[in-house]
Amino acid sequence: MTILTRRKLITSAAIGAGGLLTGCDALNRNPAFQDVLASAETANFTVQRALGDRMQLASEYRVADLSPVFRANGTRDPGTPAYAASAAQGFADWRLRLTGLFFRPQIFSLAALQSLPQRTQITRHDCVEGWSAIGQWTGVPLKILLDIAQLQPSARFLVFHCADRLGGRPYYESIDLLDGFHPQTILAHQLNGEPLPVANGAPLRLRVERQLGYKQAKYVTGVQAVASLAGIGEGKGGYWQDVANYEWYAGI
Amino acid sequence: MLKEAVISPKPRHRLTTRLWHWINALCLLVLLMSGLTIFNAHPRLYWGEYGANNDHAWLAVGSSERTGYLRLGEMRIETTGFLGNWKDSDGRTRTWAFPGWATIPSNYSLADGRRWHFFFAWIFALGLTLFMIRSLWNRHIQKDLRMRAEEWRPSHIWCSLRDHTRISVIRKSSGEPYNVIQKLTYIGVIFILLPLMIATGLTMSPAMDANWPFLTDLFGGRQSARSVHFLTAFLLVVFFLIHIVMVLLSRPVRQIRAMITGGDARETGQ
Repeated sequence: MTILTRRKLITSAAIGAGGLLTGCDALNRNPAFQDVLASAETANFTVQRALGDRMQLASEYRVADLSPVFRANGTRDPGTPAYAASAAQGFADWRLRLTGLFFRPQIFSLAALQSLPQRTQITRHDCVEGWSAIGQWTGVPLKILLDIAQLQPSARFLVFHCADRLGGRPYYESIDLLDGFHPQTILAHQLNGEPLPVANGAPLRLRVERQLGYKQAKYVTGVQAVASLAGIGEGKGGYWQDVANYEWYAGI
Repeated sequence: MLKEAVISPKPRHRLTTRLWHWINALCLLVLLMSGLTIFNAHPRLYWGEYGANNDHAWLAVGSSERTGYLRLGEMRIETTGFLGNWKDSDGRTRTWAFPGWATIPSNYSLADGRRWHFFFAWIFALGLTLFMIRSLWNRHIQKDLRMRAEEWRPSHIWCSLRDHTRISVIRKSSGEPYNVIQKLTYIGVIFILLPLMIATGLTMSPAMDANWPFLTDLFGGRQSARSVHFLTAFLLVVFFLIHIVMVLLSRPVRQIRAMITGGDARETGQ
C-alpha cells in the first residue's frame, strides 16, 4: 500500500515536471502572461529609484582595478563605407546632432566636444549576460550638452541614435532625464586613456553607469529629445527592447 | 468532553506555513530554472569585481567538437548529453550549457528568462519576508526551531545525523517535534541560504551598486556575488533533494496531506 502510493507519487511528480515545462513554454508565448511578468520592471524601476539618493553615483574604482582586457560585445565594427571613411581620418568629420525638443538644437564636432569640460571615471560595465569589465572612461558630461541646447519642458526622454545596425536595424537606446542629468552620464571618447577603440564604440559612446551594458549605446551620432518613445523604432525605447523582450529599465 | 470535541484539533502546520511552503516551492523552482537560462548566457563564474571571457573563470561550461564539458579550476569533466552538448526534443544537438528540460523557457531566451526570474523573485522575496514576520510573531520559530542546550552537544548532533541514514528510523518518524538536524537545516535554509540568494541577486544589479554599495563590498565584488548566487542555488537544490527523499521515506501521503490541509498535531509528538 505505502510502496504503491509512493510509486504513484513519484510517477505523478515526474508527469507534473514534464507538464510544468510545456506549461511554462505555453505561458511564455502568451502575451497577457508576458505582460504580467513584465510588471516586475515597473517594480524594479520604482523601488530602485526610490532607494537612496536619486543622483547616487555608481561605484568608481582605482587604476589597479582595471580589467586587463575590456571585452567588446554587440557590434564590433559598423562596417559601412561611411563609417570606414570617417575612421580613416580619425573621425574628424564625425558629428553629434542634438535634435528634437531642444530650444537650441546643436551640431558638435568631436573637437568641439573635447574642448568642453570633461569627466574621467573608472566604472564597472555589467553586461546583461552576466560578465563585468572595469574600464576608465573620459568624455563630456551629457548635462553640459543638455544645458547648451536647452530642453523644452515637454521633453521626457533622450534617444541615442547610432551608426551601427544589428540584424538590418539601426541600434538605438533611450534614457529618461534623471539619468540624462546624472553626473556620471557622459559621452565617452576615451577608454583607458586611449581614443575609444572601434570595437568599443568609436568615436562616441554613451556611459549611463547605473544600468546594464545594452544601454551603453556605441557609435553615437545623435541625441534626440522626445516627449514619448512611441514614435521611435517599434516604440519600446531601444533596439533590444524592440527585437526581444529586454526591459527598457536595465538597472538590474 | 463536549468542549474538546467542538474545538478543532491543532494543525501540524499552520496556515501561513502551508501557504508559504507551496508558494515558496513554486518560486524556487521557477527561479532555479529561469536562473539556468540566465546562466546559459555566460556559463562562466569568476571571483572578484570583474570577469569576462579573457579573465580566469573558476567554473566554466563549454563545448568542443562533439562533446560538452565542465571545467572546475584545472579539472575537466566530460558532460556530453547534459551540459554543453545535448540533444533537444527534436533530436538536434545544442551547445547551450544547461539543457532545455532544465530551463525556463525551454528554448534559449535570456530576455524571457530574466522576465520570469525577476517576477518570481519579487513573490519569493515578499513571501519570505511575510513568513519570517508572521512566524516570529506567532512564535513558530521560537517554539519549533529553537535549539535546546543539550541539542548543541556534538554527540547529540552526530546521533541525529546517523538517524537520518537509517530508513527504519525515518519511517517511524512523525516529523515533529523537529530533531536537531531538522532545526539546523530549516534555520540554515530560511535565515541563511534564502536571504543570501536575495542579497547576492541584488548585488549583481548596477542600480543597487549605486544605491547600496556595501553589498558589493560584502561579497567582494559583483562576480563573486554571482558565484555565491550560483553556489547557494546549488545548496538549495541539495536541500530540496534530501527534503524530498525524507518525505518519501516517512509516510509521504500523510506528510504531503498535512502540508496541504494542515493535518493533526496529535498524530505527532507535539
